[in-house]
Amino acid sequence: MGRKILLITTDQQRYDTLACNGGVLSRTPAIDALAKNGIRFERAHPQSVVCMPSRSTILTGQHPSTHGVWMNGVPLPADAPSVAAVLHDAGYHTALVGKSHFEPFLDPFLRFPDNALSQSGTVPTGGSHRGFEHMEFAAHGGVGPFHYAKWLLAEHPEAIGQYYSAIDMKLQVNAESGGYSGAPQVKINPIERGIYHTDWVADRTIAWLDSLDPDADWFCWMSFPDPHHPWDPPESEMHRVDWREVPLPAGYVEDAARREAILDEKPRHWRAWYDGELVSNYEAPAEWVPATLTADQVREVNARNAVEVELIDEAIGRVMGRITERGWNDDVDVLFTTDHGELQGDFGLLFKGPYHVDGLMRLPLIWRPAPSSQATSSVVTRPVGLVDLAPTFCAIAGLPTPGWMQGQALPVDDSDADARGFERVLTEWDSDLFGVEVHVRTIMRDTWVATAYRPGTSHDGTEGELYDLVNDPLQQHNRWDDPSLRAIRDDLVDDLWASQPPTRAERLAVEAPV
Amino acid sequence: MSLRRGSVRHAIRLDCPPDVVWELVGDPTRLAEWFPGVASCVVEGSSRTIVTGSGIPMPEEILTVDNSNHRFQYRVTSPLFEEHLGTIDVHDLGDSSSYVVYSTDAAPAVMALIIGGAARAGLHSLPGLLGLTESRENTLAT
Repeated sequence: MGRKILLITTDQQRYDTLACNGGVLSRTPAIDALAKNGIRFERAHPQSVVCMPSRSTILTGQHPSTHGVWMNGVPLPADAPSVAAVLHDAGYHTALVGKSHFEPFLDPFLRFPDNALSQSGTVPTGGSHRGFEHMEFAAHGGVGPFHYAKWLLAEHPEAIGQYYSAIDMKLQVNAESGGYSGAPQVKINPIERGIYHTDWVADRTIAWLDSLDPDADWFCWMSFPDPHHPWDPPESEMHRVDWREVPLPAGYVEDAARREAILDEKPRHWRAWYDGELVSNYEAPAEWVPATLTADQVREVNARNAVEVELIDEAIGRVMGRITERGWNDDVDVLFTTDHGELQGDFGLLFKGPYHVDGLMRLPLIWRPAPSSQATSSVVTRPVGLVDLAPTFCAIAGLPTPGWMQGQALPVDDSDADARGFERVLTEWDSDLFGVEVHVRTIMRDTWVATAYRPGTSHDGTEGELYDLVNDPLQQHNRWDDPSLRAIRDDLVDDLWASQPPTRAERLAVEAPV
Repeated sequence: MSLRRGSVRHAIRLDCPPDVVWELVGDPTRLAEWFPGVASCVVEGSSRTIVTGSGIPMPEEILTVDNSNHRFQYRVTSPLFEEHLGTIDVHDLGDSSSYVVYSTDAAPAVMALIIGGAARAGLHSLPGLLGLTESRENTLAT
């Protein structure tokens, strides 16, 4: 019997939403306890700031350029390498419960295996898919090709319409406003807390764990759809945070003139999106103009987000309780993270896109090693990436890291990180949506973030961003063209291009918007 | 700002005479044989109704079945679409090979990606269905 692995992911969660990371809105005792007894990472970055590429990186241990899921809507090939398959082949029982999103969601034909599975059961054809022998899916509401939606339709059909409709009648990300402040993707949701998708994911995870023999080795990816928009947690829980009292985030500049001056220092697609002149990606509502965002809307979005984070924390607490009841706790490694962040008011923006700043790139990451391993708790300040998760799972299981994985097992402290060369972390963005192209490459190293733009619709390939994380932690002053920093910039950019991962030979096709 | 209308083209070159390819893709009753996720397909006159794998009925109007020029055109008339035109062309490359182009023009634009994505998978199924080994692909989205 070896060490078991519980991977907990959320969707679109900022670093600063956890109390253990300095967050002040949400109470997160279950996650804080994992951090207290484990390793808390202060510079974990995703390799893409949108779902499908980032989740594919978690599964494959490869950068998007290599696994090929270069934007949302590009399905990860069914035969792509998978750490779950490695563990399954080594005798682990494997499950994914919650949001997968390796394949497009907008799929009326049900031609993608995950979506088709939701209609037929929880055991994939052939016994496993991507290495998972049990798959049970949920996403951001009560509709779609997901087990949760099917269950809700059968058991609580009245609740389906209580959720915000994430997609509008034109199949665009919905811009409809709601709540008390009129914020986009916000709705007062009367759904009972017990049937909300967060609790369902925990319930189904517990049910799968309960199906296992006591001496089984297992790898479970528990994947919460929240706190990704829409921000529509059960209204019964909104008493936890009074949105009117929510302090404005440090990254939100209330004065419009100053805010716009900050945006104007950045490459032009930032301001063009803010002004509603350019939609460069599908993931934010096309018909919403960020310049209309009010301080109260930022407060309400942050309040609802905080409640969703608290519900996740309580769900994690329940699952950890069940693991303890099963007598497994000493032998379970728990990793908590998310796929990417959320702007959540920074620079007067919400949602996500080709904007490589901390709101989207700095992620919560906590690794509580199995207590039986007698690891000591620590804080790692050196840069790591989600690309390092898959090798970490292999190391926990006592397996060699396969050659196709591009990361390395996470360090246990800064000394370990330094000894093993955790110096930089890379993030990439490529999108090509109806003639609008954006291509971005970013490196975080030392105390700098440098972003280079390749030619695209709004960029000629000379643009960039350079941020000094020590003196400008909110990344409000783009130093790319500062002559005094030219040597630093050039060194970072040289490193960025020299460190690029190999590119998949054949570019995969976009088969849906998301 | 909204992405209102979109056009997506997928194409594949097949080492197969166009008449053979057309026999399959030009027959509106045979759609389910090569287009993924079609649970049923019923043709009555110039009307075709497909039901997708998720159970969504898609009523369609057949606009063109040109056996001489190997062109098939149809329009989805479902209220999910503001407008739609689907075109399948089988071009004769003159060396017993064919170039099959599936064009989708649709509003909302997102539907062009969804139908186009499925069409691409359909085109990729053709080599297997026609017993071929060689194929080459092209994609264009605007």
